[in-house]
Amino acid sequence: MLTKRIIPCLDIKDGRTVKGVNFLDIRDAGDPVELALLYSQKGADELVFLDITATVEKRKTLVELVKRIAANINIPFTVGGGISSVDDVSVLLQNGADKVSVNTSAYKNPQLLKELSDAFGSQCVVLAIDTKKEADGEWYVYLSGGRTKTDTKTIDWAKKGVALGAGEILLTSMNNDGTKNGFALDITSLLSKTLPVPVIASGGAGSMEHFKDVFENAHADAALAASIFHYKEIEIPDLKKYLHQQKINVRL
Amino acid sequence: MSIAIIKYNAGNVQSVLYALQRIGANAFVTDDPAQIAEADKVIFPGVGHATPAMQYLVERGLDKVIVGLKQPVLGVCLGQQLMCNHSEEGDTTCLGIFNTEVKLFVSAKPEVKVPQMGWNNIYDYQSVLFDGLDKNAFVYFVHSYYAALCKETAVTTDYILPYSSALQKDNFYAVQFHPEKSGTVGETILKNFINIK
Repeated sequence: MLTKRIIPCLDIKDGRTVKGVNFLDIRDAGDPVELALLYSQKGADELVFLDITATVEKRKTLVELVKRIAANINIPFTVGGGISSVDDVSVLLQNGADKVSVNTSAYKNPQLLKELSDAFGSQCVVLAIDTKKEADGEWYVYLSGGRTKTDTKTIDWAKKGVALGAGEILLTSMNNDGTKNGFALDITSLLSKTLPVPVIASGGAGSMEHFKDVFENAHADAALAASIFHYKEIEIPDLKKYLHQQKINVRL
Repeated sequence: MSIAIIKYNAGNVQSVLYALQRIGANAFVTDDPAQIAEADKVIFPGVGHATPAMQYLVERGLDKVIVGLKQPVLGVCLGQQLMCNHSEEGDTTCLGIFNTEVKLFVSAKPEVKVPQMGWNNIYDYQSVLFDGLDKNAFVYFVHSYYAALCKETAVTTDYILPYSSALQKDNFYAVQFHPEKSGTVGETILKNFINIK
C-alpha cells in the first residue's frame, strides 16, 4: 500500500538551515547537507528545501547547495524559494531536484503553474500556500513568507492552482506554525477531500500524536515539520514506529 | 564496465548519474546509436509525456536501436512504459518489447490520488533485480499510468489495482519506480543490474 510520508523541511538562509517561529525570529539549526543526509538515513521519505529569504531579497535559490544535496542523498527532494520562471526550474531540475515549489510568484502569475507543468509535468510542480484563519473563520492566502495578506480564500486558490497544473499542495498554517500545538486539521481536511492531488500538511507539529491526527482525521498524504526534527525532539524512526503501531501505513 | 544512459527529450538524468556514482559506477549520457550499442549496460530513463518522447526516439532512429540491443537494458519510469506495446497516454504506439498495455489509473475515491506519489511496496519478485531484498521492500513512485500485469511481470505493486511495477524479458529489464530515489533498496536494485553478466 502507498504509505503516508514524513517530510523534514530545511529552511535555508545564507546556506544554513534555520527555523522561524511564526515566520519570524530566525534561529540557526545547522548545515543543510549534513542534516539532509542524516534524515535520509533515519527514514525520512522526502525532503523539502526552502530558501526562505529568496522572494524578499530577490535572491535565486542556491543551485550549488542543491547539487551537493542531490549528490549525497538517495531520496526525493523539493526545492523552493524565489522561483518565478521556467528557466529557474530547469536549472534546479537539471542539478538533481525532483520537484520545485512555487508560492508568491504563482499567485501573482498563475500561468506560471501551467507553463511549469507543460514543460516538466505536473508531478514536479508543488504549489506552496501559506494560510491564516481570520476572525471570520475563513482561511486566507498569505504571500511573501506570511507578510502580505490577500482576500483570496485558500480553498479557491488551491482549486485554481491544481486546475492550472500543480501536482501537489504544500499547505502551511501560519496560525499553527511554530506553536507545537498540532496541525490545522480543518483546512488540511478540506483540501485533502476536495483536491485530486496529494496534500502535504505543514505547521504545528509538536508530538507524535499530531502526525497521527493529521493522517487519520485530516487525510493528509504527507506531513512536514522542521524544528522538532532539527532539535531532535522527535526522532523519525520513533515516529514511524509509533505510526505503524497506530495502524497508519508508513515505510519502515 | 561502460554504462550508457540514453539521452532524449524526456526528463533529466542527473539523479541517475548521482545514484550510480554513489554505488561506485560511472555512466555517460549519449544519444549516439554507436556508443549505445557498444556499451556494456544501457539505462533508458524518462519523465514526461509518452507521445513527444516516442516521436523524438523515432525521428532519431533510437527506437530501432533500443529494440535491437543485446546487452542488459534497464528502463526506468517513462522508460518502462515506452518499452511496452502501447500507452493510453496520447494513444501512443510504443516500442513493443514487453507484451502489455500502459493504462491510466482511474480512482473511484477522492482520497486515492492520481498520480500515485510516494513509497509503496513491491512483491512477488521474479527477477535478479530484486536479489537480496527483504520481502515487500519499499520503493519510490511518481506516475499516473501503469503497465498491466502480463507474463513478463517481474514484480507487482498494488495501487487501485495490482500492476507491473517491473518487467523483464530476456536482456530487457524495466521498473516503474525510481531506483535512483529509493534509498538503500534502490541502490541494491541498481547494483543487481550493474552486476548482471
